[in-house]
Formats: sequence, C-alpha cells, structure tokens
Amino acid sequence: MAITRGFTGRRRQAERDPRLPPGQYDVGSSWPVLTAEPTARIDAERWTLTIDGLVANPSSWSLKELKALGTDVYRGDIHCVTTWSKLDTSFTGISLDTLLDLAQPLPEATFVVEESTTRYRTNLPLSDVTGGKAWIVWEHEGKPLTREHGGPVRMIVPHLYFWKSAKWISKVTLLDHDEPGFWELNGYHHRGDPWTEQRFDGD
Amino acid sequence: MATDAQRAAIWRDARVVDVRHHGDIAVILRLEVPDRVVHRPGQHYVLRLRAEDGYTASRSYSTVSAPSDDLVELYVEKVPDGEVSGFVSEVVEPGDELECRGPIGRWFAWDGRTPALGIGGGSGVAPLVSMLRHAQETGHPELLSLAVSAWTDEHLPYREELEAAGALIARSRQKGGSRLDAAVIGAIADPGATAFVCGSARFTLAMESYLQAAGQPDASIRVERFGPTGGTEDDG
Repeated sequence: MAITRGFTGRRRQAERDPRLPPGQYDVGSSWPVLTAEPTARIDAERWTLTIDGLVANPSSWSLKELKALGTDVYRGDIHCVTTWSKLDTSFTGISLDTLLDLAQPLPEATFVVEESTTRYRTNLPLSDVTGGKAWIVWEHEGKPLTREHGGPVRMIVPHLYFWKSAKWISKVTLLDHDEPGFWELNGYHHRGDPWTEQRFDGD
Repeated sequence: MATDAQRAAIWRDARVVDVRHHGDIAVILRLEVPDRVVHRPGQHYVLRLRAEDGYTASRSYSTVSAPSDDLVELYVEKVPDGEVSGFVSEVVEPGDELECRGPIGRWFAWDGRTPALGIGGGSGVAPLVSMLRHAQETGHPELLSLAVSAWTDEHLPYREELEAAGALIARSRQKGGSRLDAAVIGAIADPGATAFVCGSARFTLAMESYLQAAGQPDASIRVERFGPTGGTEDDG
C-alpha cells in the first residue's frame, strides 16, 4: 500500500489511544447519528421486547417489567463502522444474559437475529451476545435514550461495530443457522469485529 | 470468482487526476481507480491516508460521478479541524496516490430505472448529483426529482448543475431565501418513488417527518445521515 505523500497524521502510531481499534478516531463528547430508515416513534408504554425462536420459554416484557428485573450498567467504548469511536461512555439497562436465562435457549440455538420495530435486522452468533457482551438499554449517560439514538430502548453489543446494536429493538430470535440482516445483505461484514476491521463483505 | 462486493472491498491505490476547491467549503477530487468496480449512484468510497510509520486515517465520501464516468469524483467537505479533509484540501495535488476502497453500500443506492426523489442538505447533495448525472446520461431525467437546501448559493455544491437541471433549491440563510418546509416537501412527496434523503441528523429528521406527514410510506424512504445530533450544517 502506498504511503500518502506528505501525510504524518495527527498522532503518531505510538501515541494512539490504545482503546481505539485500527482505522477509528475519537469523536470526543459528540455522538453521530447513523440510520438508514426513518427515525421510529415508539410509545414507551406500549413497547415490548420479545425473545423467541429456539428457546424453551418464549417471553415478552414491557419496559416496566424489564426495569423490575434489575439494572446493569455498561461503561466502556463503542465503535461505528464509519470510523468514529466514542470512548468511556455509559448505558443503563439490563444484561441480555438475564433475559436469556428466563427464555432458556435450546441446545441447538447458535445464532440470533435482532429485530427493530422498523424491521431493521442484524445477525450475530449467540456467543457474541452471551457472557456479559450484550445489553438491552434505556439510558445513555444517565438520561433517557433519545429517539434518534434508538430510544426508548435499544440493544447494544459494544465489542462489535455499532450496526450490530439495533435501535428500537423489539425482538431477539434464536436460530440454529446464520441469517444475514439489513447491512449484512447490503455489503457489510457478517460479524463486524472492530479490532480486526471486519467492515465490509470480504474483509 | 470474487463478487463485485468482495472486489469493492479491496484497497486500491488511486491516482489523483484533478483537485478543485469549492470555495472554503470542500475539495472535489477526481480519481483514477485501477480495476474499478462500477458504482450505483448514491454509493460511497472510503479514502485512507497512510503515514510512513503505518498510522492511517480513513473517512467515507459520497461518489458524485456518474457510473459511466471513467473517473471517480468525490466531494470532500472540509470539516473544522478535520484530519482527513484538512490534509486533502491543503496537501493533495494531481499525480498523488491515495488509497481507496469502494463502492460501498447497497441501500442508499438508486437503480436508475425506477422513480426517485432526492432530498439533500449541504454536502448531502453530493450523492444526488451522481443520480442526476446518471439520469441525464441514460436519457431518463424524468425519473428523478430533486430538492436541495443550503445556507446560501455559495454553500450549495454543484449549484450550476442543479439549477440547469431544474432542481428545487432552497437557500435557508440567504436574503429572500426559503426552506424545505412541510409544504414544499408535501408538494413533491411521491408514494410511487423511492425517497433518498441525505444530510445532517437534524436535516434528515425534519425531511423524514415531512415526507411521512405527506403520506410517503416508511418503506420507500432511505436515509443517509452524517454529523452529530443537532448539527447546524444545514437546517432545511
């Protein structure tokens, strides 16, 4: 690959914040909005989350019921495939592990599909959303999640690029096979690990 | 046999053929991309700058050129303190090599065969110009309607081209100017067309709600957003 003539970069490689995956930059306190579809309007009172598919106990919860199950906080970094990262930010919600414990995945379940009220879908191996890796959240930095950032409730899977974190989440379906979602059918990588730069199909 | 999407993901060393400045606002790059995968209007490219020590910085830019163009034209908006756009505007000149990959994205992409409504704010106009050039070259300008907005004439990318094509143009901060408001968008909404909305978060949120209020089905609205929440780059 060619060296870009005259380019030294803002920061030397050695000085780069080690929390930034390759090819990412720090957006600081801002939080860009990226969505492919119209921003959803959801009545939080009527919203429900369903876990179905290959589970022994398909379940649905209202927001009130979710909040009654407990509160977990994710504090850490998030990474968008469009090259921004937001460092040391926080989300409040509930670990998906808690909900899966209630829904009881069947042994043959190996993949999940997240689905939004907008019909946005994104796919993941089950192992990427279990063991303290995924949360259903309703607050960002102590404030209710805004509509453009996926409020009232979204999912976050912060160790992967953020298109894997569905806004306006309404359903998590467990499957025994991988089923490409919206961006995965539109040229993006199936898994999306920022540390190995799995951005696009073929990376 | 690699698919087009897989070939598009390969990094290539493109040669800079032309560098033009749009005032202080943006730089227009024309690139010769070896073994190029032909894009669809609306798709984007990623540019990557590489320092000698391996440090890289990359950003995405909309393609402005028509698919049939031999070169790939990118509209690089100058972001205040922008690492990539600042370098491109101050240092890059014809003959330089730049790493790029693309075209990327199959969602915000027009097929060129079905009716489309393009609504863009500020630099969000860039992908719509690719649609316009394609519609004209294929002899189907009637398939595409455009409504664009910028602060003033000077802020509007490709103003002459858009004017000549009869695009609806709003100047939100110009004396005697106008805005793309609910009435304007309501008058051009077309449930039979795919609406492509591109601009800042605030601009696209407003345009989406005007389209929805005018009966444009959600499934026919495709959005490309950039910038932070409540950005002030353009305001309809």
